[in-house]
Amino acid sequence: MAELFIFFEQIYKILFLLIPVLVSVAMIVWLDRRVWAFVQKRRGPNVVGPFGLFQTLADALKYIFKEIIIPASSNKVIFILAPIVTMTLALIAWAVIPFSETFVLADINVGILYLFAVSSLGVYGIIMGGWASNSKYPFLGAIRSAAQMVSYEVSIGVIIINVLLCVGSLNLSDIVLAQKDLWFVIPLFPMFIIFFISALAETNRPPFDLPEAEAELVAGYQTEYSGMMYAMFWLGEYANILLMCAMGSILFLGGWLSPIDLFPFNVIPAPMWLILKILFLFILFALIKAIVPRYRYDQLMKLGWKIFLPFSLIYVVLTASFLMYFDLLPGN
Amino acid sequence: MSLIRLFKTVFMIDFLTGLIMAVKEIFKPKKTINYPFEKGSISPRARGEHALRRYPNGEERCIACKLCEAVCPAQAITIESSERDDGSRKTTRYDIDMLKCIYCGLCEQSCPVDAIVQGPNFEFATETREELYYNKEKLLENGDRWENILAANINADSSHR
Repeated sequence: MAELFIFFEQIYKILFLLIPVLVSVAMIVWLDRRVWAFVQKRRGPNVVGPFGLFQTLADALKYIFKEIIIPASSNKVIFILAPIVTMTLALIAWAVIPFSETFVLADINVGILYLFAVSSLGVYGIIMGGWASNSKYPFLGAIRSAAQMVSYEVSIGVIIINVLLCVGSLNLSDIVLAQKDLWFVIPLFPMFIIFFISALAETNRPPFDLPEAEAELVAGYQTEYSGMMYAMFWLGEYANILLMCAMGSILFLGGWLSPIDLFPFNVIPAPMWLILKILFLFILFALIKAIVPRYRYDQLMKLGWKIFLPFSLIYVVLTASFLMYFDLLPGN
Repeated sequence: MSLIRLFKTVFMIDFLTGLIMAVKEIFKPKKTINYPFEKGSISPRARGEHALRRYPNGEERCIACKLCEAVCPAQAITIESSERDDGSRKTTRYDIDMLKCIYCGLCEQSCPVDAIVQGPNFEFATETREELYYNKEKLLENGDRWENILAANINADSSHR
């Protein structure tokens, strides 16, 4: 009986996290389209619901009723598995995101490693989708995407090392608490910029949306997908973007901490701060989508391997030397 | 020169300028209209849905000269005519295939009695193709419905014809 109770309690907790995440993914798609439209002086979706807020729900409803077409020459099992993998991986990573000191689903001591591992696995959904489609454009899109995501993961990994040097723990709550006095965005500002740009590349957002470059590759790895399967890719993509924003706000912007411990700020509940920071980063994502042209493929690779990787490695050395010299290493 | 370029690249000056510009654009008034709820102005010369007009006494204007049928580049118009009891020549059939029509306005220009005109209505989408094969009845009905606007449009444009 007691085991059953724990089981249902966990299910309740998971749903309590997952449903808000899914709803906010829907809202974030709306926000993305809206910001994009506003920058171009358009109106964007504004008909369904107040300010068009339910536009994504209407779209999702449409997707549910559409037929799922599976190409005859595709590898059916993997073809169906790919969107499921993408979405699952995008959602399970939320388990370790701490919304406040107590409100975290799984407070594991290697949280950041788990997050990094899961976001790296995300590339599998794309490769599987592109390969199983057994068609030219999805395959080219998948190759590009895989190369791109692997390249930028390397620099994200090195950036995470920078943060970990300052924290001395892999636990996400510890990382946030270490920023009580000073957010890491100030001492590690260049790393924050590189992390942000790498996050753009990691989530296949403009200017690094080469995998789905519609002028060349139709829709990249999503070309053969339709109906709910396409919607799942879509949801997974935006859930990943949100996850990257959450990761950025936890690593650099102090997670759930309020900017200053003064009256009007410390009244706002802790999860609200995290949500506000995620929103801020996401609006930056959306603005960048509106203003930048797409990178060429060799430029993308050059940026990842020849600029970001050496620079972040040098910064690791600098951070480590600084912490050693001034005896600021955590744990001492 | 290249030093300035390097400085600009490293500190992403151009990018930041663009970002600030984008934020400014957000608060500027929108250039688009809220289409189904508000509509843009339409010129009196707009070439929209066709209509067959009548004289004020209810008589059809069309005299079945078939100039429009002859001039139509898409051959969308089909006319059959016969003599009526009072000796006047009138159409017995006047069909426009709205799917073939390219909305060039030549039928309107060729008409000697301003019978066939293209009105300002551009929202006549249908659910089936068959509904877009307009016959004489439908065209006359359009003419009756839009007569006020059509007459005003022809009047507004009269000094240029």
